[in-house]
Amino acid sequence: MKSETQHYEKLRRNIVGILAVVALAPVLLLAAVNYAEFQASFTAETQAPFVSMVGKGKNSFELFLAERSSTVSLIASAYSFEELSTPQTLRHIFQAMQSEFTGFTDVAVISDEGILVAYAGPGQHLQKELMGKDYSQQEWFHKVQAQNRYVSEVIEGYRQYPHVLIAVQRHSPDGRSWVVRAAIDTTPFSRLVADMSLEPGSDAFLVNRSGVLQTDSVNYGKTLGQFPLAVPPPSYEASITKALDEQGNAILMAYSYLRNADYVLIATKPARNMLQSWLLLRTDILLIFLGGALCIYYVAAKSVDKLISRLRESDLKRDQAFSQMEHAQKLSSIGRMAAGVAHEINNPLAIINEKAGLMHDLLSLAEDFPRKEQFLRQIEAIHSAVARCRDITHRMLGFARRMEVKIESLDINEMLEETLLFFKKEAQHRNVRIVEELEPALPKIRGDRGQLQQVILNVLNNALAAVGENGQVSISTMQKDTNTIAMCIKDNGCGMSEETKQHIFEPFYTTKGNEGTGLGMSIIYGIIQRHHGEIAVESELGKGTLLTICLPISNTLQEEQA
Amino acid sequence: MSSTLQGIRVLLIDDEAEFVNTLAERLELRGLVPQVAETGHDGLAMLEDSEFQVVLLDMMLPGMRGTDVLRKIRTSHQTLPVILLTGNANAKDGIAGMKEGASAYLTKPVDLNELLRVVQEMVQGEPRD
Repeated sequence: MKSETQHYEKLRRNIVGILAVVALAPVLLLAAVNYAEFQASFTAETQAPFVSMVGKGKNSFELFLAERSSTVSLIASAYSFEELSTPQTLRHIFQAMQSEFTGFTDVAVISDEGILVAYAGPGQHLQKELMGKDYSQQEWFHKVQAQNRYVSEVIEGYRQYPHVLIAVQRHSPDGRSWVVRAAIDTTPFSRLVADMSLEPGSDAFLVNRSGVLQTDSVNYGKTLGQFPLAVPPPSYEASITKALDEQGNAILMAYSYLRNADYVLIATKPARNMLQSWLLLRTDILLIFLGGALCIYYVAAKSVDKLISRLRESDLKRDQAFSQMEHAQKLSSIGRMAAGVAHEINNPLAIINEKAGLMHDLLSLAEDFPRKEQFLRQIEAIHSAVARCRDITHRMLGFARRMEVKIESLDINEMLEETLLFFKKEAQHRNVRIVEELEPALPKIRGDRGQLQQVILNVLNNALAAVGENGQVSISTMQKDTNTIAMCIKDNGCGMSEETKQHIFEPFYTTKGNEGTGLGMSIIYGIIQRHHGEIAVESELGKGTLLTICLPISNTLQEEQA
Repeated sequence: MSSTLQGIRVLLIDDEAEFVNTLAERLELRGLVPQVAETGHDGLAMLEDSEFQVVLLDMMLPGMRGTDVLRKIRTSHQTLPVILLTGNANAKDGIAGMKEGASAYLTKPVDLNELLRVVQEMVQGEPRD
């Protein structure tokens, strides 16, 4: 029993496992794909505006610087060295620059020896101070000589405010060269940054390649302060990277190197902002997946449980049916054997009976001789032994009959009529009236013909035995309700005592003394019980007996049960 | 012993010779006139040749079975009382026999007094021919 339980438990686990895997695998796959796609598109959607914002900002800065350096370049080309060296002309040019472009704070002309020869700008003191200054040893002068054009990092220098120097070298056809250098104050940078329309919590600024802030930053300090984080690797396309700030918070950093200056435009914002909605979505996906998985598991487990218990039930039923069938077959073969034995024994028994009878007859006819009485007693003993054997073989045959069961549709009226054939002659002889009141429309019932015939035979036999000369036996049938028929056998015979009535269905109870086996009524009772019927007896001593047998019409009884 | 049994001609058809001959002897002692046939064929032939008032027929016969013999008897002798005799105490067999037209049904080993009572009933019931 325990191993059987284990067997079903194992089967249940296997089926649930397979169902769960088969049902959950696609869900899991879908969830994973969704997760990845959501994440990718979410990242792209949220990061793209940030990146493109940096791209636009970078373009603005590049345009700003390009315009300024083109202006300086134009001035350097449009005028000769002599014209530029003339303070009035240079001042005039400077005024024009200032009116056309914001940001120019001064302009200077430097000879190819690196000596400042002319200057235009605010404040005469600066002009005096700078005039004749030698730049030949300065790095920017070398760079402009090498590259013809140079944009400096943000510096404070003499001017005491952050500014950028743009220098352009000009070569005349006669072999002379000079440098025009303009300073731009960095206030327009702040305007450019503001134009990037940053979200709250975001920050945008310029740094040089070594991480010195070129504009003010909200989070990382003022211009010329050091940007605390590593400058990302060079890329002239707007890119995005993840980083950790000084407090260890994850930040997203979009950046781009400027083409015409050694600046990097950087925009930062906390990664949390972006990730929050993604996390929310991710939680939703996970919850839906988990909910779905639980539902699938629950449904699978429940239905498999049901399935297994059904399977178990039917297995049990099959096993029971099988063992019942086996049992019935065993009994049936025993029954057949018993019938064969009984039948075979009855024939020699009949011979013994007749031989003893003849001996008795002959002895009775013979004259008295010594020990005649003794012989007669021996013959009597043989007779009673034969009678005992007869009872035994009859019982064996009865047993065999009960084993051989065949359920069929039976007409009780017809069976009553048939059985009455046995008794008609005897009744006629004894002048017993047999009254039949059979319901013509009596429905057929399901049952075993042999067994029910035995019942009818026994009860009719009992009724006829109970009535004396001129008695009456009434037989009636009726439909009691939709699924029950009733058969009543009434006699006006000797009836029975209260005590007899109480014991009538007990095996081996008999009123016939040595004549009866005491099995008749108990056999009837057993047969009626097996047919799911009822048997009731009403009797009064000296007045008669009414026996009522009720039988169901549609009987679900199985062959092995009957 | 009732005098009505005197001279009644009985045909006994049974293959168990020891049984049937002894039974015949006992009937003879009681004044009846029995004759024995050990097969159905013999029995039917004897019925053709001579007249009987009662037939005692065993249901288990070799060759032609008891019910077949009974059916044959009924084709020529509709009213002749036939008492069936069998070693098988089965109501079903008895009823089958009765339906074929038997007049009574007794089981082996048979009680002679019972047999005589039945024979008497049969003979009294039937008009003597």
